[in-house]
Amino acid sequence: MFHARSIHRRGFLAGTAALLAAPAISNAQARTVNLYSARHYDADKTLIENFTRASGLRVSVVEAGADALLERLRNEGANSPADVLLTVDAGRIEAAKSAGLLQPVQSALLTRFVPAHLRDPDNTWFSFSKRARVIMYDRTKVQPAQLSTYEDLADPKWRGQLLTRSSTNIYSQSWTGSVLAALGEERTEAWARGIAANLARPPRGGDTDQFRAVAAGEGSLAISNTYYLGNLIAANLPTDRALIERIGVFFPNQNDRGTHVNVTGGGIARHAKNRDGALAFLEYLISPEAQSFFAIGNAEYPVVPEAQVPPAIAAWGTFKEDQLNAGVFARNNAQALRLMDRAGWR
Amino acid sequence: MTPERRIPGAPLALAALAALVVSLPLLAVASSVLQPSTEVLAHLMATVLPRMLANTLGLVVFVGLGTVFLGTLSAWLVVMYRFPGSRAFEWALLLPLAMPAYIIGYAYTDALTFAGPVQSWLRDVMGWSRGDYWFPDISTLPGVSLMLVLVLYPYVYILARTAFLQQSACMTDASRVLGRSPVSSFLTVALPIARPAIVAGAALALMEAMADFGTVQYFGVDTFTTAIYRAWIGMGDRLAAAQLAIGLVIVVLLLLLVERRSRAHQRYFQLSKRHLVHPPQELTGLNAALAFAACLAPVVLGFTLPGLYLVRLHILGGDPLFGPRFLGYALNSVLLAGAATIIIMAVALVLASAQRNTGSPVFRVLVRFATLGYALPGMVIAVGVLVPLAMFDNGLDALLRATVGISTGLLLSGTVAALLFAYVVRFLAVGFGAVDAGFERISRRFDDVARTLGRSETGVHRDVHVPLLRRPLLTGAVVVFVDVLKELPATLIVRPFDFDTLAVRVYQLASDERLAQASTGALMIVAIGLVPVVILTRVIRETSVQRNPGRANPRG
Repeated sequence: MFHARSIHRRGFLAGTAALLAAPAISNAQARTVNLYSARHYDADKTLIENFTRASGLRVSVVEAGADALLERLRNEGANSPADVLLTVDAGRIEAAKSAGLLQPVQSALLTRFVPAHLRDPDNTWFSFSKRARVIMYDRTKVQPAQLSTYEDLADPKWRGQLLTRSSTNIYSQSWTGSVLAALGEERTEAWARGIAANLARPPRGGDTDQFRAVAAGEGSLAISNTYYLGNLIAANLPTDRALIERIGVFFPNQNDRGTHVNVTGGGIARHAKNRDGALAFLEYLISPEAQSFFAIGNAEYPVVPEAQVPPAIAAWGTFKEDQLNAGVFARNNAQALRLMDRAGWR
Repeated sequence: MTPERRIPGAPLALAALAALVVSLPLLAVASSVLQPSTEVLAHLMATVLPRMLANTLGLVVFVGLGTVFLGTLSAWLVVMYRFPGSRAFEWALLLPLAMPAYIIGYAYTDALTFAGPVQSWLRDVMGWSRGDYWFPDISTLPGVSLMLVLVLYPYVYILARTAFLQQSACMTDASRVLGRSPVSSFLTVALPIARPAIVAGAALALMEAMADFGTVQYFGVDTFTTAIYRAWIGMGDRLAAAQLAIGLVIVVLLLLLVERRSRAHQRYFQLSKRHLVHPPQELTGLNAALAFAACLAPVVLGFTLPGLYLVRLHILGGDPLFGPRFLGYALNSVLLAGAATIIIMAVALVLASAQRNTGSPVFRVLVRFATLGYALPGMVIAVGVLVPLAMFDNGLDALLRATVGISTGLLLSGTVAALLFAYVVRFLAVGFGAVDAGFERISRRFDDVARTLGRSETGVHRDVHVPLLRRPLLTGAVVVFVDVLKELPATLIVRPFDFDTLAVRVYQLASDERLAQASTGALMIVAIGLVPVVILTRVIRETSVQRNPGRANPRG
């Protein structure tokens, strides 16, 4: 494990050194990597500063919603200044690929350290962090032994107990997209109908609002990405301590396909002006330093298994994740949303 | 009698060109209508669209009635009567304008939801648990409508107040002498005269409500805008989304058309400045208490309570980056809003005066088109803005490469200039609405008299219109400034690299569900939005002071 990491670090440094030595890097443009990012976390500011310190390359950022960024890329065309695109879910990075906005990347480092199911088979995009979509339960009402799978959440025994966000939200769509890949359309629609019937209230608010409602007793099970809870624990507000005590984290489907994970996806823009800088940035994101930082700074899971995570996250335990390629559930999004519409999942 | 209204070709052509350029993003969105509809539309119609349409209709009714009622009533009270606090209410009623809708929405939901402090406290004290008690659910259509009414009624208030102030006191006095009760003279005389202003304010409020996505989405109340986002983002069908968006615009157009038709032959002008004179009537006892309550409620609900809640969140756990960095965000916000306001009010003035001077229906349609950007959901029009900018940049680049071998790259896209253009496209309707309503109250006889006295077209403009339009221009400018300050979707996607504003900062935290931390930026937006409101207050004061010498004058 340690061995792999040190090779990795050496590879990364060698790559950076080669980059610095390259004669093409003489003008100001090549000293800057232009990033279009749908991530909007304060931790990223530090991440970028660390990259600049390590590589000498400046990073300029536009942060916005992924769909808007795709439109901007599409309209700017060949003159686009963007070098790197980062999204907060697989669906959007896959959409960028199919719109022809990304280019294939040849990087031994990326293919070596990003697990196969977390990157595009055509190498246009790679995942750099993971978010597990888990069941958060009320410790005072539910025993972990009562929980098993996502499928079980549609069982009538949970009537009026379940909290999840709207089908408008991309995390709901990707999650349903992964169920769709496992169960097929007909059974997934029946499942979605069961989910809608079990809701404690019509969907509203974000992930945090779901488990807040559970902690207050409005229902007993919430669907949420772990990092929202992780960030709440890290913020450590006195008003949230009781909530943190009361909420348990359960990783579903451990005996079959594993827990659904969504990703931060990144790729090099089709018309990148600073291709080398873009590659250096992506390779930095997979370095041990950056990988642990996703966990320390934003409570996400690193994609490199060896990377260290803070104790609060480690306390939730390790888990088996759904190995379904992120591109597959991403392509399932539209179909998933339709069946959710038909099932009455608002 | 009416002299020929000739307008020199150049100003009109310039105005037409400006209107056309501002219409380009809408045209970019609209061009999709010509393509065949996809089956996504059919799916939406068969599943969720009926519910979304019903919600939108409900939203329009609630927000329309609510803003007109609150805005008109409070404006009438502060203009016509004196009661405890009435002078303070003249400006305090504007305060909710500074509160972004999504912020007030977050604050109220956070406070009143099942897991929020209010219900948690009730459960603690009373020993209740879920199902033991009834509590109004704010995440409903009436709830989200109330949120929008609370922040949008100032649009009606601000324009109605100006209209009431400018009404000939003789008219209401005459109706009172003729035996009408105060209520009756309000309904039959004052209200019809102020109608264009009230409608202009309500139209802005309704367009904003229909185009809202952030607030309704957070409340889980799906509207037509949700359908647009669902088609575009959820199902990846930009075409269906654009077609739905254009459907929304057509509905807005129809509403405006119906209203204009229904008052086709009614026109009311202010005839002389001396008629502004109207000594407000002193209220006492129960009447004073009722008037006080009617003005206090919107201010407390729309500003004080959510403002205090934000302060509480800020104290509990505000923005970790609060510090010198915020100065940069604030500076960017203020400079952008200031520059955009100047440009928008200038364009609004040019368009409104050209429209006054030309009878051309084509020009009227063009102006209507140029001011429709406000009716579209922010992100749709923001993406619409990207299209002509990129076409211009890439076209110029290709042309110069082919002819002189120079590459200009993206000249406008991703610059502050592009962002200012986006603001003009989004908010021209707000500035234009104020100026146009101001123009409507200036009798054409003034123009004619001034022309007879030898003033040129420009002279009429300078010596007659601009002085009379001073207040509408300022009113419009304040609303535009605050709107730009709060604007999000266009700011996010059109802005240059490494360029953050307060609204962007709030988005970054709020979209990460860090409401407490977002409160700091939200409070700063509100605080900065207060500055122009206070300036407007001074102008309101001035007009109030002007009444007193007027009172001494014999009435003409």
